[in-house]
Amino acid sequence: MLRFFASRLLQSLLALIIIITATFFMLRFVPGGPFTSEKAVTPEILRNLEAHYGLDQPLWKQYVDYLGSLAQGDFGPSFKYPNRTVNEILADKLPVSLELGFLSLLVALLIGLPLGILAAVRRNTWVDYVGSSFGMVGISIPTFVVGPLLVLAFAIHLGWFNASGWYSPIDRVLPCLVLGIAYAAPISRLTRGGMLEVLSQDFIRTARAKGASELRVVLRHSLKGGLLPVVSFLGPAIAGILTGSFVIETIFQIPGIGREFVNSAFNRDYTLVLGTVILYAVLIMALNLAADVVQAWMNPKVRLEA
Amino acid sequence: MSASVSPTVTSPAATPEEGNSLWHDAWLRLRKNRLAVFGGVVLVFVALACFVGPFLSPYGYEEQNLDLGASAPSAAHWLGTDTLGRDLLVRLLYGGRVSLGVGLAATFVALTIGVVYGAVAGYSGGKRDAFMMRAVDIMYSLPFTIFVILLMVFFGRNIILLFVAIGAVEWLTMARIVRGQVMSVKRMEFIEAARSLGFGRRRIIFRHILPNILGPIIVYTTLTIPGVMLLEAFLSFLGLGVQPPMSSWGVLIKDGAEKMEEFPWLLIFPGTVFSLTLFSLNFLGDGLRDALDVRASKD
Repeated sequence: MLRFFASRLLQSLLALIIIITATFFMLRFVPGGPFTSEKAVTPEILRNLEAHYGLDQPLWKQYVDYLGSLAQGDFGPSFKYPNRTVNEILADKLPVSLELGFLSLLVALLIGLPLGILAAVRRNTWVDYVGSSFGMVGISIPTFVVGPLLVLAFAIHLGWFNASGWYSPIDRVLPCLVLGIAYAAPISRLTRGGMLEVLSQDFIRTARAKGASELRVVLRHSLKGGLLPVVSFLGPAIAGILTGSFVIETIFQIPGIGREFVNSAFNRDYTLVLGTVILYAVLIMALNLAADVVQAWMNPKVRLEA
Repeated sequence: MSASVSPTVTSPAATPEEGNSLWHDAWLRLRKNRLAVFGGVVLVFVALACFVGPFLSPYGYEEQNLDLGASAPSAAHWLGTDTLGRDLLVRLLYGGRVSLGVGLAATFVALTIGVVYGAVAGYSGGKRDAFMMRAVDIMYSLPFTIFVILLMVFFGRNIILLFVAIGAVEWLTMARIVRGQVMSVKRMEFIEAARSLGFGRRRIIFRHILPNILGPIIVYTTLTIPGVMLLEAFLSFLGLGVQPPMSSWGVLIKDGAEKMEEFPWLLIFPGTVFSLTLFSLNFLGDGLRDALDVRASKD
């Protein structure tokens, strides 16, 4: 188990270094820079600005300096928001996106798991058909269609919610529902598939033969094995929910990190782009790692393969 | 074990003894799956409409009618017009060409990279395989959507770059599936026979192994297309995909979402058509998976 964890950790670190390096150099080789859009800048001022931010240094030195400060947890100053550091901006926006992501994941699990389990237990009944259709519909209708439609129906016509914003608790309902449903669909499908596979196995028949109640068979004997596919999906799902928040934050005008990322890319705000990418990468990889560990704990077969 | 794939050409006059090939069986199973058939019919209809429809319409897709402005669906404009008085139906069909085109082109990129990479890794085995698949694992954990966004922001919103970037993201799953399939086929006797005849690696992979794993490849290609189209629309929705005056379904949905308060049809029609297409692709892919009896395993 420890070896498994260590090898995964090493792999993540390697990936992280690749990401940082690739993003850093990509940013420097694209046309345009953070100060090119400001018309009033004279060549002298531009030189001063570049000197101030160290952009006049040779590229390799900038890279080494960046890595050095990064190692101390310093993402550097923002190029577009004067007097603000990337750390401050990220600390400001991250909690919003995390809350959005966490609540959405909760919605996804609370809808997806029971639906999938019910569909598997009541296979080929109307419960199953309704659940499976929901799964297909949820997978096929993208969030950027569902989101605006729900806003149209519940915010604009019925007036139950605000169309946008992130102020009171009620503002959380629509965004988290939209993002959550999108992931409830694949979760319910995976749960159903996993449960069906387990329920058809011999040890389940044995449990039934020994007179275990249906509830006990499902909860005690099948759930752990049946949820394996769901657990291995959680890593990608969380990555998807985090990046999916770009669209949700745009639709509902939520001041989170997704919107900030897209804006900073447009603004060529090198340090902010890098900071956001690194943050996303770390989050995604940490959660992937966590999902892997949970999966290995639940399934000895995975543990041995690693 | 022939490579010819033509389930549909079995003549109706064929005797019952004939046509019990793998593909014929699959075709029979697929035909029984009503949802898959429904998906296939919808797809053919949508594709035909997108490629033929614009020629039959009296309106051009850039043709403005500013006096008319945004109008609700009517006899003259079946799906209404947008704020510039452009016919929504024609724009929807043109947008469909772009969306379907990007979907197919990017899937082709993903398919090519994924099949070659997976086949080489699976056939080579050993250290090379371990190294290649570890690389895939690492790439799986990268936040690729973010990179695609960065690429699109920095290098202009070039449509070729768009599908190359999307294809470059989506090949990973295909590589894993192909590798697993190749590993299981390469142990079979006919491969050994081919090897003993002195055939080269390339010939064995492309002539003898790939035709035998065509089923899974077809299934996952069908299931990759909706993912690709979704990514294109996602980028277009963020303003990073296809640029005006060209349009795609993603662009139309974005425009519609901005104006939905006054002109809801601008959102509802493109959203419905796009979702219906994805829906059909997913149903067809699922149906094919059942028909060709492809296990869902990824390694």
